[in-house]
Amino acid sequence: MYGPVTSYPASVDATFYFIVAVSLFFLLLVTTLMIVFAVRYRRSRRPRAEQIEGHTLLEIAWTIIPLLLVLAMFHFGFEGFRALRSVPEGAMTVKVTGRMWDWSFRYENGREAAKLYVPVDRAIKLSMTSVDVLHSFYIPAFRVKEDVVPGRETYLWFRPQTTGPADIYCAEYCGQRHAYMMSEVVVLEAEEFEAWLAAGGEEGEKEGVPALLARHACLDCHSLDGSPGVGPTLRGLYGRQRALIVAGREETRVADEAYLRRAILEPDAEYVRDHERNMPAPVGLSEEDLERIIAYIRALE
Amino acid sequence: MARTAAPPAPLACSYLHPGGGRGGLLGWVLTTDHKRIALLYLYSILGFVAVGVALGLLMRLELIAPGRTIVGASTYNALFTLHGVIMIFLFIIPGIPAIFGNFILPLQIGARDVAFPRLNLLSWHCYIAGAILAVTALFTGGGPPDTGWTFYAPYSIRTTTNVTLAVFAAFVLGFSSILTGLNFIVTIHRLRARGMGWFRLPLFVWSLYSTAWIQLLATPILAITLLLVMMERLFGLGLFDPARGGDPLLYQHLFWIYSHPAVYIMILPAMGVVSEILPTFARRTIFGYKAIAFSSMAIALFGYLVWGHHMFTSGMSDTSRWIFSLLTFLVAIPSAVKVFNWTATLYKGSIDASPPLLFVFAFVFLFMIGGLTGLMQGALSVNVHVHDTAFVVGHFHYVMFGGAGFGLMAALLYWFPKIFGRLYPRRPVYIALGVLFAGFNLLYFPMLVLGWMGQPRRYYDYLPQFQTGHLISTIGSWVLLVGLLILTVTLMRAARRGPWAPPDPWGGTTLEWRTASPPPVENFAVEPAVTGRPYDYGALGRGAAAPEGR
Repeated sequence: MYGPVTSYPASVDATFYFIVAVSLFFLLLVTTLMIVFAVRYRRSRRPRAEQIEGHTLLEIAWTIIPLLLVLAMFHFGFEGFRALRSVPEGAMTVKVTGRMWDWSFRYENGREAAKLYVPVDRAIKLSMTSVDVLHSFYIPAFRVKEDVVPGRETYLWFRPQTTGPADIYCAEYCGQRHAYMMSEVVVLEAEEFEAWLAAGGEEGEKEGVPALLARHACLDCHSLDGSPGVGPTLRGLYGRQRALIVAGREETRVADEAYLRRAILEPDAEYVRDHERNMPAPVGLSEEDLERIIAYIRALE
Repeated sequence: MARTAAPPAPLACSYLHPGGGRGGLLGWVLTTDHKRIALLYLYSILGFVAVGVALGLLMRLELIAPGRTIVGASTYNALFTLHGVIMIFLFIIPGIPAIFGNFILPLQIGARDVAFPRLNLLSWHCYIAGAILAVTALFTGGGPPDTGWTFYAPYSIRTTTNVTLAVFAAFVLGFSSILTGLNFIVTIHRLRARGMGWFRLPLFVWSLYSTAWIQLLATPILAITLLLVMMERLFGLGLFDPARGGDPLLYQHLFWIYSHPAVYIMILPAMGVVSEILPTFARRTIFGYKAIAFSSMAIALFGYLVWGHHMFTSGMSDTSRWIFSLLTFLVAIPSAVKVFNWTATLYKGSIDASPPLLFVFAFVFLFMIGGLTGLMQGALSVNVHVHDTAFVVGHFHYVMFGGAGFGLMAALLYWFPKIFGRLYPRRPVYIALGVLFAGFNLLYFPMLVLGWMGQPRRYYDYLPQFQTGHLISTIGSWVLLVGLLILTVTLMRAARRGPWAPPDPWGGTTLEWRTASPPPVENFAVEPAVTGRPYDYGALGRGAAAPEGR
């Protein structure tokens, strides 16, 4: 059901099933007693009740026994959590950036990707931050989750034990396309991973503009084919009259090169009427890439 | 009804039809009679429940299949925000205290009214004002808010939807809650009848008392937090948005310092209702009176110290996480103590499986699932996996709806004859309970499974592997609706045409049963004197003051 395995989930599941077992015991106990009492002491059989005010020993017993049980639950949960928070020496660090509504992963050699490629059987530390609102990085298969918070760095780690893909979700509500803020962790054999990592990086091949737009999460809101989205489509945008809100007032401008540049770099300065003002400015967009994007939009008719 | 004796004539001057004073609508909306205010709350709250249920049904319908079914993503996000805001701020927080606390509390302690009747009316006016503001927020500004009821920053700061007004509505509603809490505390301290010492208080009063302290002390924190959100949105204050130097975790702390104790505002009064109903229908004294009374206070106290368990994955320090986990497990103990004492109260009783009692059974079962799934989330490593998934949604619906909601329905069925002076037929209520119970579990149990499988919450769309669970859940929502409709229709008909109720149709021992049904405006002709504990069926058995025919 979940895909690749790490050993940490087994410990989480064991804690979970321990609590489930204790819970089922008490649920069945109380439910059975209620039903048995209600049938056995029904008024037609037993017109007069016995008045029992309480029982001190019982009160102590049903305070102490649950107390011990919940302390055990706490202990197992805590032990698992400690493992989750103790990153082993020599873990490989990947930087994770969350933004509305996309994940991006940056490796130590500078390679960036929209999916999280990792080698099998190696500790991976994710060092995470957000450029806009709260997100939460969640891999159900690995039982790991941690919020991704703008303005600070959070982390988690895992050690995948089998190869294969697994889902990554955003678990903290982050606006319109929250449910689509997904990605994949792809667990590769060590050599495969090294090959993948070496292929990219700073010397890697130049990516196409659509891939560039996807990597900067532009395509989550702006379509290339003219279909409506959260933001205006990029098709046929260049040279069109735009009804803008500038400093709270409406203005009409032509979408020329200067306009596109401003709209990308300072999205909040002027924005298109009837659209939400929540586009994040791109992070780490080079001047060269910006020019390529503008040229691309210009040609997109 | 079990009782077949000739119906007594209704009082000519009950609170429903008083002789003097203002008549008509003004006689209601400007009344200072706690019983009339209770009914004002009952009708306004039930009205909003209907809206909240409708929104919930729409959400479930949207989720019946992956992809778009009936609404778009923005509408869906507004739906779950409104469903949460309405159900929490307009239904379940005021809920039992505002309706049954207002009606029953003065009667149970033998008082003529609450301590500050006009303040009581002001509470209801605050409630209505807040509700109107909340509704206005839907149709003005940038459209209905889409932040979730938690208003998490910085999204709530940045979204262009009408968050400012919605937050102000919650702020105004907070005052309604604070004033009611204050009123109840003073009432319980000052207006108890002669002879009613603290350990002669009915347990419902104890639960209201602990609830009132939370309302009074915790709600102002929410009020301040929401004001800060408004200031940040309006003036760019920079407290919560990191882009302006703020801290989103600060918001979460402030929000949950209120909103976790608020969970106990919601559930404690329902526990009080259960502690009233069980002795009445088992016809015996409650098991462990002091244990139940003190556990209410313990829950109120510990409830303040566990807010951090809403933030186990938020990025706060590991030390706070394990401390909050430990405290969270401790708060489970007083709830467990209550459940065990309730079960023991049935032992060797003389049990009448009446509708209120069966609703209490349903309450105990569903609340236990809610509480026990809470233990699963209290464990840190498990929490990390299920945090912000459908598991949490299932869990808190078991607690809030299965607990507080079923508690409210039990309270309504228990005090219905007192409030309306009429009886309802048993059979349709049993049928309603059966349908409700089946629908409830069909609706919410799959959420627990989905969450464990990794389905995050507040998702407009989902992957194919989650579809079976979502489908069952949506079907459950329809079954649940049928149950609610049967119950509503039955009670509405009974309120108008049911046979007249005697003063004490269930054989209850607490003071509200010693006056007419419905009670006269002044509650009691003579202030009742209290000579023993509540639920003292032993004294009745010895013939001390046994009502006729029992």
